[in-house]
Amino acid sequence: MPTPSQTVGPFFGFALPFAGGQDAAGGRPAVRIEGQLLDGAGEPVPDGLVEMWGGEQFARCRTDAEGAFNFTIVKPAPADEAPHVNVTVFARGLLRQLATRMYFPDEEAANANDRVLNRIDPPRRHTLVAHSEGAVLRFDIRLQGESETVFFAL
Amino acid sequence: MPVKVSDWQSDSEPPYLHPDYRSTVRRAPARELVRLPPEWFHELPGPVFGRVPVLPGDADLTQQHDGQPLGERIVVSGRVVDSDGHPVRHTLVEVWQANAAGRYVDPEDDHPAPLDPNFTGAGRCLTDGEGRYRFVTIKPGAYPWRNHENAWRPAHIHFSLFGPFLASRLVTQMYFPGDPLIPLDPILQSIPDQRGRDLLVAAFDPALTEPEWALGYRWDITLRGRSATPRER
Repeated sequence: MPTPSQTVGPFFGFALPFAGGQDAAGGRPAVRIEGQLLDGAGEPVPDGLVEMWGGEQFARCRTDAEGAFNFTIVKPAPADEAPHVNVTVFARGLLRQLATRMYFPDEEAANANDRVLNRIDPPRRHTLVAHSEGAVLRFDIRLQGESETVFFAL
Repeated sequence: MPVKVSDWQSDSEPPYLHPDYRSTVRRAPARELVRLPPEWFHELPGPVFGRVPVLPGDADLTQQHDGQPLGERIVVSGRVVDSDGHPVRHTLVEVWQANAAGRYVDPEDDHPAPLDPNFTGAGRCLTDGEGRYRFVTIKPGAYPWRNHENAWRPAHIHFSLFGPFLASRLVTQMYFPGDPLIPLDPILQSIPDQRGRDLLVAAFDPALTEPEWALGYRWDITLRGRSATPRER
């Protein structure tokens, strides 16, 4: 039997973040991702930890008082799926992590053919696709409620 | 197609929604989780954690300052295996905890117990070639947490592990044997299966105890391997 999960709790900010943790690009051409982690009342989650990863890239960001997080990553190019980043969410009140994906808004054709996106009810697919906002990609994560982000069963 | 979480989730894992732990009420997803084939998802390689710095000495939380921290010095050690029985070699283990008085160094912690200038409470190590890890630290104290009237967390050490697969990633807490707060703790008691709860309680181990120096606790960890990825029931 696997060891069960428990919440990351509220007091991990002195332990898990590391210098440069949000930037997995290492100076390569990259995209900046900004988002907010929100609860079922639409309130920011200020004690969350978001991890993004794809290929050899791994990045970690603690949410701030507004629930905001940001990442700098190189856009991955998987062989058989639309480009995407794996996203893991930890927080006080999450007894187990949540797993989702972030897709890119400029990949409409690839997204339309993506086998994972096609497993999701069409009205909910948009929750996994970032929005372009000037030079950054906006990707909010809603844990619950209207426009709840699609999460995958672990 | 979405399925009910209850059809998918094992009783050894806590549910997302557990109202006795109040913070879950607004943070647990309300929609059904989307189930993907394990070969598309769970069995994909997990994150490559090599950018997380692990320095010599990070595994000894009692040697990070000029003086010795107050409290009961302990050794916490065990083996990380996957559910197929293989050792998880050279994987990152991160730990963090309160001090002996039950206070975290985290600025968000306002519990009026003393900070210890000689204790931060954060450590890292990599498992060895047989999946073993070992930390030296002090036994953390219990602390109040306002979840319900007179709520106290049992003493615990937080653990974060990666493992080889996407689904192996684990953040959890290790508890101490005989702690009278364990039956009262909504976070630990959220796990439906007693066997699952028992897996989070370390064992006092005379073989790990070092004479005239530190008590030893053994805690083995099982990460999800291929045999533990979800299947249709």
